[in-house]
Amino acid sequence: MSASVLNRPTAPAPRAKKRKLRNSPTGVDWLILALAVIGAVAIAFPFLLILINSFKSPEDYATGGPLALPTALYFDGITTFWERVNFPQKLWNSIWISGSVAFLAVLISLLNAFAIGIGRVRGRTWVIVAFLFANLLPQEALLYPLYFMFKELGLYNNPWSVVIIFTVIQSAFGTYLLSSVFGTFPKEILEASALDGASRWTTLWRVIVPISRPTLSVLVIFFFIWTWNEFLIPLTFLVSNENQTVPVAISVLQGDRLMDVTTTSASALLGVIPTLIFFLIFQRTLTRGITAGAVK
Amino acid sequence: MASVPFVREARRRSASPAEISAFPDRGSNQAGWWLYLIPGLLLLTFIVIIPLLWNVYLSFTEYRGIKPPEFIGLANWIELAGDKDFWASFRNTIAMIIAMVLVPTGLGLLIAAVLFDIIGKKFGGRAASFLRATYYLPQILPVVIAGIVIGWILRPQNGALNEILESIGLGAFAHNWLGSPDTALLSVMGVLVWVQLGYPVVIFMAALQRVDPELYEAAELDGAGWFARFRAITLGQIRPEVFVVTLTTTIAALKVFGPIYVLTRGGPGSSTLVPSYYAYSEFFQSQQVGYGATIATALTLLIGVVAVFFIRAQTSVERKERAGL
Repeated sequence: MSASVLNRPTAPAPRAKKRKLRNSPTGVDWLILALAVIGAVAIAFPFLLILINSFKSPEDYATGGPLALPTALYFDGITTFWERVNFPQKLWNSIWISGSVAFLAVLISLLNAFAIGIGRVRGRTWVIVAFLFANLLPQEALLYPLYFMFKELGLYNNPWSVVIIFTVIQSAFGTYLLSSVFGTFPKEILEASALDGASRWTTLWRVIVPISRPTLSVLVIFFFIWTWNEFLIPLTFLVSNENQTVPVAISVLQGDRLMDVTTTSASALLGVIPTLIFFLIFQRTLTRGITAGAVK
Repeated sequence: MASVPFVREARRRSASPAEISAFPDRGSNQAGWWLYLIPGLLLLTFIVIIPLLWNVYLSFTEYRGIKPPEFIGLANWIELAGDKDFWASFRNTIAMIIAMVLVPTGLGLLIAAVLFDIIGKKFGGRAASFLRATYYLPQILPVVIAGIVIGWILRPQNGALNEILESIGLGAFAHNWLGSPDTALLSVMGVLVWVQLGYPVVIFMAALQRVDPELYEAAELDGAGWFARFRAITLGQIRPEVFVVTLTTTIAALKVFGPIYVLTRGGPGSSTLVPSYYAYSEFFQSQQVGYGATIATALTLLIGVVAVFFIRAQTSVERKERAGL
């Protein structure tokens, strides 16, 4: 796999370099390296299995077994599944649903965090606790009432129901994170803006948003991927074929009698590929985001 | 799995009074800030607060989704207390915690320390980052897709694992991994360990970068071995990250749904049933909405208790530390 993208270190480690000169690896170190590599191969092994078996015919699989490389490249598994689920349509559903959620949830988080972190409204601790709680809740505890509400509104089996629900769930996390970021926003900049006579609204869009752009873009990417990966609510709300997202469409066909062994493998591969692409595109942002989230 | 990176609130610089906004526009009133909260709070009310309360109400009703709910008091809760499947689902939750919290956190600590301390320092940072990215790979998948990948390998007929076992002469061990009560839960746990491991590895490696290397050097001079240094310095220094990882993954383990749905649907019997799947199947398969709402409410309460417990444990440790200094 594309090693050059994956192995870029996230943070420079100048001290580690200095030490490297001092210590050369001993026998034990090589043994530990070997164990770590074996572990990594074990983790990557399922991906390799899926990859080689998606390009085999079922007969090839039956004779050569799962470990052999395909005797001839066979694309029927992938094309069968691709056409059967109308994969481009599912991709587009996932893209626009996740994209809308990412954009709307960041917008809502921004407005909330502006009032909490910069405006410091009275009772803001409770407001933050409410948003945090919304993020911790199991979705099952909202599922049936939401199902009922959206049915009454005529939005059941409509992707917008999923967009609205995840906008709220993701913005609950975004509010929590951005409020703490804005809580330490440089005071001098805000004072300068006020002295220039800028209103709150102008300051938010002309001063705070441009300065916070890196954090906001991390949030957009996270919300996009989290929404892409969601399962329970899309499964419940998007029942008809043409509305389903990629994970839902792939999972509902598992165990179908018409899915032979290599077609099933191909279906898993098609589920893996989009997220692998996101990972390669956003690798640096994601690693920075994941680690910054915990270390801050 | 989309584990939520958890951010502790930054310590506020205490110079400015608490109730005055950081944006000093004189003349405008403080209450005006609430305007910005209106859209967020309205959405939160309609999508989270009302459904949540509604769900709690439904737990006191008999409701099959067609006729209006009928109030039956505590009957669902009493039934729940004696429901074998419900308790089985909670026992399985403990298995989920082992597979998603204990094993990944323990192994993750060891792997992160080894990658950072030994491989990073003796074989170079590129080797360590490459291995880290590989361990992280399953984390990028939607968890249902991860379930489907492993489910494909564990297929009972012509599944890859059974075929491999047969080809190396261990055909006697071939098994219906997900379909038999003795291995279904273990197989699901294996999938979850595979999925979760990368998360603590990445977080702990980042944490280790912030530990002062002089601490290690001093300990080394004092003759402390690698393990002693790991225990005395590493564990102590990166405890905040360990806390974050255990809190977020414990909550994720309590909520786990997708892998169960694609791998076993809670079966065979109730051997892999978890509360969230149980609630889902009561809602939409058995049409026992009131009872499903009871399970979902019980799960919510449990998650609340766990979160409060964790946060209190963390603050009390921090307080002790400050007193000790």
